[in-house]
Amino acid sequence: MAKKVPVLELLNLRVGFPGAEIVKGINLEIHEGEKVALVGESGCGKSLTAFSILRLLPNGAAINGGQVIYDGLDLATLPAWQLRRIRGKGIALILQEPMTSLNPVLPIGLQIAENIRAHETMSRKAVNERVIELLDLVGIANPRERARMYPHNFSGGMRQRVMIAMAIACNPRLLIADEPTTALDVTIQAQVMDLLEDLCSKLNMAMLLITHDLGAVAQWADRVAVMYAGRIAEMAPIRPFFTGPRHPYSQGLLNSSVEDDWHYTDTRLTEIKGTVASSAGEKGCAFAPRCPFAAAECRGAPPPLEEVRKGWLAACYRREAIQALQEGAAHVPA
Amino acid sequence: MRAIGKVILRTLLQAIPTMLGIVLISFILLHLMPGDAVDAIAGMSGSASQETMHAMREAYGLNDNIVVQFWNYITGVFSLNFGQSINYSAPVLDVIMERLPATLILMLSAFVLALMTGILVGWGMAVFAGKWPDRLLTSGSLLFYSAPNFWVGLMIIVVFSAKLRWFPSGGAESIGASLEGWAWFLDRLHHLVLPSVALAAFFMAIYARLTRAAMLEVLRQDYIRTAAAKGIHPVVIQFRHGLRNALIPVTTVAGLHLGNLLGGAVVVETVFNWPGLGRLTMSALAARDNQVLLGILLLSSVAVIVTNVVIDWLITLLDPRIRA
Amino acid sequence: MTDATLVKPHRRLRLPKSLKDPLFVLAVLVFTAVIFMAIFADVIAPTDPQDMVNMPFLWPFQDSFSPLGTDQLGRDLYSGIVHGSRSTLAVGFSAAIFGLIIGTAVGATGGYFGGWIDTLLMRLTEIFQTMPTMLLIIVLLAIGDPSIPLIAVAIGLAAWPMIARLARAEFKALREADFVMAAKSLGYPTSRIILREILPNALPTLVVGASVLVANGILLESAVSFLNLGDPNVVSWGSLIGNGRTQIRSEWYLSALPGLATVLTVLSLNIIGDRLTDILNPRSKVR
Repeated sequence: MAKKVPVLELLNLRVGFPGAEIVKGINLEIHEGEKVALVGESGCGKSLTAFSILRLLPNGAAINGGQVIYDGLDLATLPAWQLRRIRGKGIALILQEPMTSLNPVLPIGLQIAENIRAHETMSRKAVNERVIELLDLVGIANPRERARMYPHNFSGGMRQRVMIAMAIACNPRLLIADEPTTALDVTIQAQVMDLLEDLCSKLNMAMLLITHDLGAVAQWADRVAVMYAGRIAEMAPIRPFFTGPRHPYSQGLLNSSVEDDWHYTDTRLTEIKGTVASSAGEKGCAFAPRCPFAAAECRGAPPPLEEVRKGWLAACYRREAIQALQEGAAHVPA
Repeated sequence: MRAIGKVILRTLLQAIPTMLGIVLISFILLHLMPGDAVDAIAGMSGSASQETMHAMREAYGLNDNIVVQFWNYITGVFSLNFGQSINYSAPVLDVIMERLPATLILMLSAFVLALMTGILVGWGMAVFAGKWPDRLLTSGSLLFYSAPNFWVGLMIIVVFSAKLRWFPSGGAESIGASLEGWAWFLDRLHHLVLPSVALAAFFMAIYARLTRAAMLEVLRQDYIRTAAAKGIHPVVIQFRHGLRNALIPVTTVAGLHLGNLLGGAVVVETVFNWPGLGRLTMSALAARDNQVLLGILLLSSVAVIVTNVVIDWLITLLDPRIRA
Repeated sequence: MTDATLVKPHRRLRLPKSLKDPLFVLAVLVFTAVIFMAIFADVIAPTDPQDMVNMPFLWPFQDSFSPLGTDQLGRDLYSGIVHGSRSTLAVGFSAAIFGLIIGTAVGATGGYFGGWIDTLLMRLTEIFQTMPTMLLIIVLLAIGDPSIPLIAVAIGLAAWPMIARLARAEFKALREADFVMAAKSLGYPTSRIILREILPNALPTLVVGASVLVANGILLESAVSFLNLGDPNVVSWGSLIGNGRTQIRSEWYLSALPGLATVLTVLSLNIIGDRLTDILNPRSKVR
């Protein structure tokens, strides 16, 4: 298991567009070598959370409050030049769409070398050797020749490997992967996830995986954080989460994906009655309009994250009532 | 490198039908124009009897079947025989070649000027998109985009030549001064400034607008975020990842404008008394020197095609996807 | 990105916003004023612009009878600018209509039918795009005596390729549209599909293209008459600029003012075209 030293801490992080707050105060810590999955439906703010860590938000979006603590520094307010030293060096990012996340007019070797040169002073030759080593490490054959090729010469899976090589170029302590396999073929997805897992343990790298693929989460993560409408609904170690999630939303997620093909979970998720949008303007628990257990108390104020057990948090007023109800039901002979 | 050669060869091969089409059009135009070569010659020599004119037409092949005439015209053009100028009593090719370099110099210097300042201004507009420098430059470029080049030429003559006396108002070199070496070069350059600016202004505005749009499009791309995630300096991102990609559509469109640019040169030349094709065109039109007119049209089209090959080559350098 | 948080918030329909844009309103006002000026030229400026009515070389605002001054022959510049708008606009518009018809016909045919017809027509477009526009116009003018219709035809003939490219792209895209497929499956004749189904849908794009074409037409007309290739009996802005050229070092207002009129007119057209493009298709680029 991972050592309990936090690499990154999000403290009450709030992110939004003008007039619309999307991420409404998130607390999350990632420990050294730990693999945390951030799960949620489209629009719940998980990608925005990921991008806000390195302040790579889309136009118009901004961090409205909270802190992003890395190495004793608050990345949310760090001067740009200092932040640049961390980007790609301490924390690296892998984007979802390998077809568009590599510059089409530059050789891939150069794009990897760029990352190294931004952070280390090395001879040109040493950089080139390192690039080839990295390409080899991510499983690209003939790295010496392939380094001179352009993104359009590679398939989607191979491009994602290039992206990974680029991300690990400076041995980052944390890798943020925003749905790294969503755009890939099903057969390739597993290969890429295996590669990431392998590299994480080899390089003792922590990883924040943004995904809606619960299958990958189960196989792969140490801990899972479920996001709903800009807040964390439940955060738990992987085993208890999959055996007995406490938040009704997590339960809905698992129910809608257990027996079906995991890769289609995003569409399956919508089988929970209603959509994320139905939470707009909700004063209390954002999930209440869709929740089968919702009661009067859920409409007052957003429920706080409370400890279920050590390291296991859930944000639900009806948590105990639901548990009693479900355990009671389980005891009744069918 | 071999791939680039292939691209150029392909462009050249594609140019052949275009060239044939232009020859056909100019042949049609020649026949639409009032009077033929014999009329012109007869007009020059005073009067000629019907018989001699008929004999001359026979000799020039003007009584042949139209298809035969066209064939003769094509073979003539491709062996660089564009006929005889009645105004200058010299082969059309010689008359044109004497003036073509001056026009090409003007055209190319205006092109380079327009492209460089346009990209720079457009880049500035994109960097400040939505803020006041962007609005100022956008309005400014729209103004240049709406002004006739000859009027811009006249106005800069008023300001920079008549009032400030910084630049000469016309001609390609100082008359009567026998200069050599650097002095000669600088003198030519001095004369080139105002006409180039006048010709470039309109195209600069187009390229600035294009660069702005392309740049904003590129800066939205995922690979810009990838570059930022690597910790690369924003200025490097702007140039290596942003501008480098935005140049591709700008250069492509610039290639399409070469014809317009050469056409514009003809007008600007008359404003600045530039000794190029523009003034030759005007005098040929006045003298009804049809062969010269069409020769100019043909040869300037060739110039456009050749420059286009260069542009294609540039685009190939910029965009590796085409090389594949 | 599938994540909806990264998708920009929905654009509101931009028509009302653009119409409230002061620049757009100003452009529409200027252009309307120019059109009125052309229509009621005789009322606004009763003096014949070709008549010598005053002292030569009067500067603007010197004489209330000739508010914008007079040229070397004592002809009224104000009257010249007002009357000059007529031929400038007439040529600009008729050249644009002519170019629009040719360009649409060529582009629509190529885009709709595709195959070798398309290849052939694209070649033709390329040929006309390769020939330097102004030179082609000058050569065409050598065919007949200078007159407004001939100039308009020459400019239209030289300027249609831009429209052809636009029309081709539109027709190529719309050919595959569902409603066209439906019309095909109903067995409508091709002419009906092209004229009644696709053309109305391609029209907005083409109209924006046409506004650029009118602007171009005005610029080209002014160049033609500046070069003294226009009808010598008709005043136009270009001929006024050309006329002032000989005195450019001293009486520069003779060229500056008609040029300013041209710039304002073309500028307003370009602004209108720009905003229309934004409304119709936020991402398309005319030209």
